[in-house]
Amino acid sequence: MNEELLKVEHLTKKFEDNVVLDDISFTVHKGEVIVIVGPSGCGKSTMLRCINALEPVQGGRITIDGDEIVYGSKNLSSLRQKIGMVFQSYDLFPHLNVLDNILLAPMKAQKRKKDEVAKEAVELLERVGLRDKAKSFPRQLSGGQKQRVAIVRALCMHPEMMLFDEVTAALDPEMVREVLDVILGLAKGGMTMIIVTHEMQFARAVADRVLFLENGSIIEDSEPDTFFESPKTERAKEFLNIFNFERSKEK
Amino acid sequence: MPDLGLDVLFKGKNMIRLLGGLWVAVKISLISVAISIPLGILLGIVMTSKNPIIKAVTRVYLEFIRIMPQLVLLFIVFFGSTSAFGINISGELASVIVFTVWGTAEMGDLVRGALISIPKHQYESSAALALTPAKTYIYVIIPQTVRRLIPLSINLITRMIKTTSLILMIGVVEVLKVAQQIIEANRMSSPNAAFGVYLTVLLMYFIICWPISMLAKRLEKKWG
Ligand SMILES: Nc1ncnc2c1ncn2[C@@H]1O[C@H](COP(=O)(O)OP(=O)(O)OP(=O)(O)O)[C@@H](O)[C@H]1O
Ligand SMILES: [Mg+2]
Repeated sequence: MNEELLKVEHLTKKFEDNVVLDDISFTVHKGEVIVIVGPSGCGKSTMLRCINALEPVQGGRITIDGDEIVYGSKNLSSLRQKIGMVFQSYDLFPHLNVLDNILLAPMKAQKRKKDEVAKEAVELLERVGLRDKAKSFPRQLSGGQKQRVAIVRALCMHPEMMLFDEVTAALDPEMVREVLDVILGLAKGGMTMIIVTHEMQFARAVADRVLFLENGSIIEDSEPDTFFESPKTERAKEFLNIFNFERSKEK
Repeated sequence: MPDLGLDVLFKGKNMIRLLGGLWVAVKISLISVAISIPLGILLGIVMTSKNPIIKAVTRVYLEFIRIMPQLVLLFIVFFGSTSAFGINISGELASVIVFTVWGTAEMGDLVRGALISIPKHQYESSAALALTPAKTYIYVIIPQTVRRLIPLSINLITRMIKTTSLILMIGVVEVLKVAQQIIEANRMSSPNAAFGVYLTVLLMYFIICWPISMLAKRLEKKWG
């Protein structure tokens, strides 16, 4: 096993009295791809948001490379450079074109030279098939294109790991593939990732480990084949059944 | 063709005088807007505060200024300052004060609206990209706010220019007052001058305000 990159220990998160994450612990090793699945409202998004300190937590600790990630702390900016995140909602900056969207954070948060970042940005855009869109504005792109740009924007920061929160959930079906292919490509390249998704076939193809989350607890943590073929818990079985359709009529 | 009495406009310096009056109106609006914009931005930021007292106070200020007829405000400042505090201020200064107080309130409300219309995920994706809150404001939030704001504040300028037609009531010699003076002075020679002269004034307001509101529309389209 590679060395540990991200460690979540006894994480507890409440919204007022509502316990959304209940004593969660898991470790992500370098190069590992973790897929988190679970019913709506079980706390998947909240978990990713806690990892990136977008939410305060009520208990436990999260460390990356041994450094604790604390909501509101001073060194957050340097820790967040290690974590790229792509959200479900298209979150590009509408007043900047594609290239400037990508350049902003490397130049302003990492103080890198424009030429160097721009060169890298164009290469990355090329890789996701969007080189000719560098000067387009977000409103001129399709949903799938926007998400690919959002991925490139995060990658250009040279993160040590990526978090994906249902990045295809708002897309038309024919655009889902182009985005998932980019993520599969990252997995091949050895990127460490935590992926929240409702695309079960994709989950199975990309995951090294599947975490099944329900009511704020990890109730299953298995290899993808084990999880999808013979889940250990009843709840996971029921959950997976939602994605299977039986023929309703005999031919 | 009915006699509009347009000839009086070409008598002596009448046209120049009218334009001078127009300039007074425009000048008062521009000075007021120039002061209202920075104050309004501050007020708008304060208005997004979660503190209930600050919220209530700014809300009352805004509603009060909106409900009060501008003419009453002009009278209060112009005549009130003399009778209550014994200070004599010029009509122009009184106008700038009232228009600034009004403009700051309106501008504050526009800024507040523009700020809260920036979706939460703009802040969050900036944070996720390791931008500090200060950099997020400078490079992400403020540029978007300003784009939404500029067309709206241009409309505010045209509203102010139009409202300057009230300030003749406190003795400021602006375009409408000049028009009255011209008509009055030519009562004997061109008794029909009123229509033509006021029509000219109308045209002048139009020529000033129309390009401004077209510009606002263009910017709105461009950045919408
Ligand atoms: N800002 C908030 N304030 C209060 N409650 C919240 C907030 N955000 C999330 N919750 C609650 O926390 C729980 C977990 O939400 P979360 O968004 O993490 O679920 P999820 O697993 O991502 O669901 P989905 O699959 O629908 O995206 C839900 O019950 C939700 O109502
Ligand atoms: Mg979610």
